[in-house]
Amino acid sequence: MTAQTITLPAEWRDFLALTKPRVMTLVVFTGLCGMLAAPVAIHPVIGFTAVLCIALGAGAAGALNQWYEADLDAKMKRTQGRPLPAGRMDRQSALHFGVGLSIFSVVLMGLAVNLAAAAILTVSILFYVLVYTVWLKRRTPQNIVIGGAAGAFPPLIGWAAATGDVALLPFLLFCLVFLWTPPHFWALALFVKTDYANAGVPMLPVVAGERTTRTQIGLYTIPMAAVAVAPWPLGLTGAIYGIAACLLTATFGLLAVQVALRSTGQDDKMKPEKRLFAFSILYLFAMFGALVADRWMLA
Amino acid sequence: MSEQDDRIRARQRERAKVMAWLLGGFVVLLFAITIVKIQAGMGA
Repeated sequence: MTAQTITLPAEWRDFLALTKPRVMTLVVFTGLCGMLAAPVAIHPVIGFTAVLCIALGAGAAGALNQWYEADLDAKMKRTQGRPLPAGRMDRQSALHFGVGLSIFSVVLMGLAVNLAAAAILTVSILFYVLVYTVWLKRRTPQNIVIGGAAGAFPPLIGWAAATGDVALLPFLLFCLVFLWTPPHFWALALFVKTDYANAGVPMLPVVAGERTTRTQIGLYTIPMAAVAVAPWPLGLTGAIYGIAACLLTATFGLLAVQVALRSTGQDDKMKPEKRLFAFSILYLFAMFGALVADRWMLA
Repeated sequence: MSEQDDRIRARQRERAKVMAWLLGGFVVLLFAITIVKIQAGMGA
């Protein structure tokens, strides 16, 4: 971080920016879907509190991630505007905010909802901060593969909030998000590669090259597709989810194969990669939406 | 007070306002949770 002294107290908007609100929307949505897909109805007030805790926990993890990565963020165009690298906030404020918000979200979840959900929320925050941010991100191109698990916890937390337990279906949802993360993120990394290279972050395109990255995108899509469709033949969902999963996953597969088979040309606009990245976000929202629709039709 | 002090006070006032709203919302939420828990307890 630049050695510029910070004279003004940080704005509340910067504390909000620390929580990475855009990432939080996917976390809240998948957590809510995990809760709505559960066979046990949850009281709306308790359900709201659980989703609030998932959001606060994700925000806290985001703040701690930015506290730790202020030096990397300063080197990348995509992240230079964040509060810490831009010098609008001192690192200690970010650390205190992140730790405080983590504890608050876990304690509130434990007291208001149940201990199972609080425990899984704790694991997901610690996993994202310690395993992904501190340990893996700077050391291995598999960082995003394993670190992606942190983003896969919300459906489990939402289900546990409703039932006080976990089961096969939320575990499959966990695996879906876990296996979806590499193709989603590596498609992004293909067209922001130069940025990671500047920061020295061992992203797969930077370390292993484009061809390997494209192959990995294609390969990871296979188990992802299997996990995505599996709930239907296993009898955990009905046809609404089954048919939606088949159609969406087939589309995802086509886009992924296209990215896997091609190579970057001269002055390439990277359209297939951007299309896969954009569709991958829509894909996850649509899959979880179909799951909730299906479960409510079955109920 | 210098202009810098004014800006600091304004920034602190703004943060205090947001914190007040957050705490107010939290009080309402706790109240609602308490009601739900009591009802659940009576129903059990």
